[in-house]
Amino acid sequence: MKKILILGAGTAGTIMANKLHQVLPHDEWQVTIVDQNETHIYQPGLLFIPFNIYTCNDVIKPKRDFIPQEVELIMSGIDVIEPEKNRVKLANNQVLSYDYLIIATGSHLAPDETEGLLGDGWNKNIFEFYTLEGACNLQKFLKHWSGGKMVLNIVEMPIKCPVAPLEFLFLADWWFTEQGIRDKVDLTFVTPLPGAFTKPKAASILGDFLDKKNIHLVTEFNTGSVDSSANKIVSFDGKEVEYDLLITIPTNMGDAVIERSGLGDELNFVPTHKHTLQSKAYENVYVIGDATDLPSSKAGSVAHFQADVLIENIQRAIDGLPLVEEFDGHANCFIESGFGKGLLIDFNYDVEPLPGKFPLPGIGPFSLLQETKANHWGKMMFRWIYWNLLLRGSELPIQAQMNMAGKTK
Amino acid sequence: MPVREIAGVHVDFDDEGFMTNPDQWTEEIAKALAEEEGISELTEGHWKVINFIRNDYKEKGQPPTIRRMNKVGGIATKDLYDWFPQGPAKKAAKIAGLGKPQGCV
Ligand SMILES: Cc1cc2nc3c(=O)[nH]c(=O)nc-3n(C[C@H](O)[C@H](O)[C@H](O)COP(=O)(O)OP(=O)(O)OC[C@H]3O[C@@H](n4cnc5c(N)ncnc54)[C@H](O)[C@@H]3O)c2cc1C
Repeated sequence: MKKILILGAGTAGTIMANKLHQVLPHDEWQVTIVDQNETHIYQPGLLFIPFNIYTCNDVIKPKRDFIPQEVELIMSGIDVIEPEKNRVKLANNQVLSYDYLIIATGSHLAPDETEGLLGDGWNKNIFEFYTLEGACNLQKFLKHWSGGKMVLNIVEMPIKCPVAPLEFLFLADWWFTEQGIRDKVDLTFVTPLPGAFTKPKAASILGDFLDKKNIHLVTEFNTGSVDSSANKIVSFDGKEVEYDLLITIPTNMGDAVIERSGLGDELNFVPTHKHTLQSKAYENVYVIGDATDLPSSKAGSVAHFQADVLIENIQRAIDGLPLVEEFDGHANCFIESGFGKGLLIDFNYDVEPLPGKFPLPGIGPFSLLQETKANHWGKMMFRWIYWNLLLRGSELPIQAQMNMAGKTK
Repeated sequence: MPVREIAGVHVDFDDEGFMTNPDQWTEEIAKALAEEEGISELTEGHWKVINFIRNDYKEKGQPPTIRRMNKVGGIATKDLYDWFPQGPAKKAAKIAGLGKPQGCV
């Protein structure tokens, strides 16, 4: 039997396990997938937990439920990848050899990268919502918070789901209004980027969005440290922003196994060919999802589009054919904007988010770069699509490559 | 898109004064752009940053973050702020003839 080994059973790894199972002959190929956790977290749902829209239980299911029977699922940490020897050592001491390796170990938060962030204020008046634990802690905290200065700070880029911080602020504006305390809450967004919207079209259409919602903005702020005793964040050049409640998006990094294996860049992301998803260092190693160093967004929708290209390329590699260079950086993200509305963006490496209709040109039902109720329902539907279609590797009615039809320049 | 004469040549810029075609860049243009940003002389340190940014852009397709300049380019964050005060990532990218650091939207 020949072997394909997938590292990580998150969004990307699970999709690939299902797709490989669909296309490879079961008497020739053994597919194995490894993960350290039993529970699959629907990460897009974490955004809604602090505001009581979802409970903590609404976003989790057992990983096993999404892995086909014939695929071997091993629950263990991954210790080290030895690509020279075509093998991987697990924390449970198992050694797995492979013909092809797919790295899908994602990205995680590294709050310890910022001086003082894990100090006295952590989980007292400093919270994050990118993990289940963090989102649930914040839900409890917000239930009893009576107001003050809430600062949302992106420590540094890149982060996964780069629009989630904006969505959090829009939902916060709505939630505090619902609670009747919006006048007691000051909302400030502190970002290392030069603006909340940096792409020309989005900036011109949505430029006044934050103002309209009375959300203050501090740009080009590169967080150097957090001072818990004085409740302020300090940038590398000594600028300060005070908070009563800090919502932090800490540094995002690839898993430590990437570093231990000498396969990563400065953030433990794996250098990957932009259009084929082959790793730059090894011919039989492929990378998908948040684990890559690609400039595409780190999002579940992106992992899904990548999977369409990667499944083609693995089959081509097996058949000795040249790889197709078809991944175009396509991303498609709903942006929850509060008060039952949402926005939608659809873009790739070369084309910025543009206005228009999606997926049917002129019809929609979704509107690009425009706030509508339908977009909000799209966002809420995504959870069902995620569990029932996306993870199972089913065809969705959206092409892997971005389509210009329906968009206006 | 505005075309402007700088250092004796015609160069394409966006509305915020970032070059839109990195291939038009020359060292002379960098000196002129630096002056416009209030940096009267480009020292060895400045050039180290500019060269790293340009090479890294060729490899990665986007301007490097402050962490990357530090970890990969070997440029101390403090030096970076000394050499390119107030928003070094943006300022250095501008002088190196690249676009503004961007998010996805
Ligand atoms: C708050 C939030 C909101 C989001 N909203 C959206 C959205 O609206 N739309 C969207 O498309 N995307 C969204 N995303 C992003 C999306 O969830 C991720 O991009 C996607 O899950 C990435 O999939 P992945 O498989 O690359 O990584 P993951 O799904 O994170 O999976 C990685 C897996 O690898 C395992 N692993 C890593 N290292 C090891 C090791 N050493 N040993 C064993 N196992 C290991 C982990 O346990 C994990 O299961 C959001 C994310 C967050 C945090």
